[in-house]
Amino acid sequence: MSELQLKDLYDGFRNPDVIKALAKAITDEAKNLKKPLNIMEVCGGHTHTIMKYGLKQLLPQNIDFIHGPGCPVCIMPKERIDHAIALAQMEDTILLTLGDMIRVPGSKSSLAVERANGCDIRALYSPLDAIQIALDNPDKKVVFFAIGFETTTPMTAALLEQVEKQGIANLYFHINHVLVPPAVDAIMADGQAKINAFIGPAHVSVISGAKIYQPLPEKYGAPVVVSGFEPIDVLQSILMIVRQKNEERCEMEIQYSRSVTLEGNIKAQVMIAKFMEPREHFRWRGIGDMPDSALVLREQYTAYDAEKIFADILPTEPIDDHKLCICGTILKGLAKPNDCQVFGTACTPNTPMGSCMVSSEGACNAYYRYGEI
Amino acid sequence: MCLSIPSKVVEIDDNNMATVDTMGIKRHVSLDLIADEINIGDYILIHVGFAMNKIDEEEALQSLEVYREMLEAMEEEERRQVIESDDQCDNRTQV
Repeated sequence: MSELQLKDLYDGFRNPDVIKALAKAITDEAKNLKKPLNIMEVCGGHTHTIMKYGLKQLLPQNIDFIHGPGCPVCIMPKERIDHAIALAQMEDTILLTLGDMIRVPGSKSSLAVERANGCDIRALYSPLDAIQIALDNPDKKVVFFAIGFETTTPMTAALLEQVEKQGIANLYFHINHVLVPPAVDAIMADGQAKINAFIGPAHVSVISGAKIYQPLPEKYGAPVVVSGFEPIDVLQSILMIVRQKNEERCEMEIQYSRSVTLEGNIKAQVMIAKFMEPREHFRWRGIGDMPDSALVLREQYTAYDAEKIFADILPTEPIDDHKLCICGTILKGLAKPNDCQVFGTACTPNTPMGSCMVSSEGACNAYYRYGEI
Repeated sequence: MCLSIPSKVVEIDDNNMATVDTMGIKRHVSLDLIADEINIGDYILIHVGFAMNKIDEEEALQSLEVYREMLEAMEEEERRQVIESDDQCDNRTQV
C-alpha cells in the first residue's frame, strides 16, 4: 500500500467487507469460548460505534456488551451542575463550557433554561476561545466550567498556560476533570457487574498512555484491548479479546496503534501536572464518592479557582437523581437503557430526565437513536 | 465528546496554530500540546480545538494492509469453497 490519504482514515476503517470478514472471524473463534464473554466498553464513544453500526447484531450470542461510565457529561452529579448554574447567575458573569453540558438537568434547572432566562452561557468549540471572550469583556467575570476525562484535561491546562502567560485576570476555572482508572476500580470492587474483558478508552490513553490500563488484567483477570472508534477498530479489538480468552492469556493490548502508545503524550501530561493534582474526593453520578478520582487546581493557582473564589455561593449538599431514572445503575454496568421504565417515554433526547439521555455519548441516547424501541 | 477526528495539516502559522482539513472542512487548531515537529501533510488527531497527537502513518497503513490481506485470504477461501462445491456438483457430468 502506498501513501496514506485522509480518505483511508475514514473509509479504510469502515469498509463493509472488512466488517463482515471480522465478524465471521469472531464468530468462528467464539465457538471455542468456554463461557460467555461480557465486554465492558468503558467509553461512551465505543457504545455509540457499537449501536450505530449494529455490531452486536453481527456477533454471536455468547458475546455481550456492558456499557461503562466513560462519558464526562453522564457522570456529572446534579450538585456540580447546580454549581455551574449558581456561577452563571452571578452578576456580570459569562459562563463557558463544552457541548452537551448545557442541557443536563441540575436539581431544579439546567444551563439551557438559565440561558433562556437571560444568563450569558456559551458553549465553546475549543477552550482556547475563552481567551478572546475574556479579552472582549474586561468588565465581566468569565468562568470556564471545565469537564472531561484525561482526553480533555490537557486542553484546560493549555488554556491555563495561555491565561498565565497573557496575564488575563478575569478568567476563572471550575474544574470537573475526572479519571478513568478509579472509576473502573470502583465498578470492579463493587463486584456486581459481570465483566470479564474491557475495551479500553482510546483517546484517554492517547494522552495518558496505555500504561494506565496495565494493572487491570492482573487485578481483575480481564483482558484489556485499547481500541479505536471506527467499527473495524472495535471488531478487531473484540477478536483480540476472544483470542486472548481462547489462548488463556490475560493482557493489555493496543489495537489502536496508529494513535496510542504505552507512554502517551508526555508534553500534555507535564502540562496537566503543572496546574492540577488529584482531588481528595469527587462524587460521580451513580457510582458515588471516590477518592482521587478527579483533579483540582493546585494551591498556587487559587486565584483562578472559581470553586474557591466563589465558594460562598456554591451549594455543597449532594443531590441524587430522579428516583425513576436509572442512569446510575447503567453507569455501573448493572442495567441497560431499555431496562429503565421511563426510557423512550418520559425520558427522550428532547425531554431528558437523566444525563445518559442528554449526552450524545450516553448509552440511553445511543439506544434511543439507533436501537429498536 | 471524546470522539476525536483525524485531520490533515494544510498550513501552520507563527502562533503554533494549524489549519487542518477534516473531511473537507477547514478548521484552526492549536499545536500547543504536541512535542513532535508537525509538518504540512501530517495527519493529526483533533479534540476540542487541539491536536492531541500525530497519527502514526506507518501503523495506520499496516492496519489497512492487514485488512486487505484478510479480505484476499477470505476471497481465496470463498473461491476454494466454490470450486469444491463445483467438484461435488452432480449435474456437471450431464452438461
